[in-house]
Amino acid sequence: MSNLLEIISGILLLLGSGLIFTGALGVLRFPDIYSRMHAAGVTETLATSLLLSGLMLLAGWSLVLLKLIMILLFILFTSPTASHALAKAVWRHQQHETLREKSHDA
Amino acid sequence: MKHTFSISALLAIIWLANSGHYSGLLLAFGAASVALVVWICHRMDVVDHESQPIHLTRHLPRYYAWLTIQIIASNIDVVKRIWSGNSTISPGMRRFPVNQKTDIGRVIYANSINLTPGTIAIELTDNEVLVHGLTQSNLDDLDAGSMSCRVDKLE
Repeated sequence: MSNLLEIISGILLLLGSGLIFTGALGVLRFPDIYSRMHAAGVTETLATSLLLSGLMLLAGWSLVLLKLIMILLFILFTSPTASHALAKAVWRHQQHETLREKSHDA
Repeated sequence: MKHTFSISALLAIIWLANSGHYSGLLLAFGAASVALVVWICHRMDVVDHESQPIHLTRHLPRYYAWLTIQIIASNIDVVKRIWSGNSTISPGMRRFPVNQKTDIGRVIYANSINLTPGTIAIELTDNEVLVHGLTQSNLDDLDAGSMSCRVDKLE
């Protein structure tokens, strides 16, 4: 039984690590900042969830399990807000640049 | 009152989960710190239906289940596109109407857009959201409105 749990947890950890690698590859590969943020989104949603689930299976019924669940919840609540802040900062910056170029041309 | 109770219970659970020591003295410290934080929250006037949306609790599990499936599906889609290269993506931006009436509904909608890789909410106003999509089909899916509709039902 515990052996089975360890195997499943190993698979989840491996999948999570693979997804983090994929996310990093996407960040390097994609052409512009917004597309790169989509690639980073893979690491912060599914990859993190899989890694933490794998650790939860290893933790068993203990306080560690509860802490891991809390970490997962906090990440899932805060990461979309953080990426929204980043995207909005980029958007504002671009608007600003376009305005400045226009005033240069005039 | 029920919001005060809900935030106290939440803080107590967080304290108990992080402590792991259950002697009388430490429990008393825990109770004191929970009371202090609740008092500060009251002074800041943030204990209300927005910080403690308990009226959503009944419908949330169903929405989360649906959202989890969406997150997994869109993750797989983005992973495929990362491996198959830049020719498979067609980034673009589009504005969508936002029908949610409450602030919390709009926040849930925008956060759900951000949680599914392939779409990012850039700007959120009272009745519009500017979304960047990794592909045109991501944007078309959002345009179809099933996510917006589900958040509507939630609030």
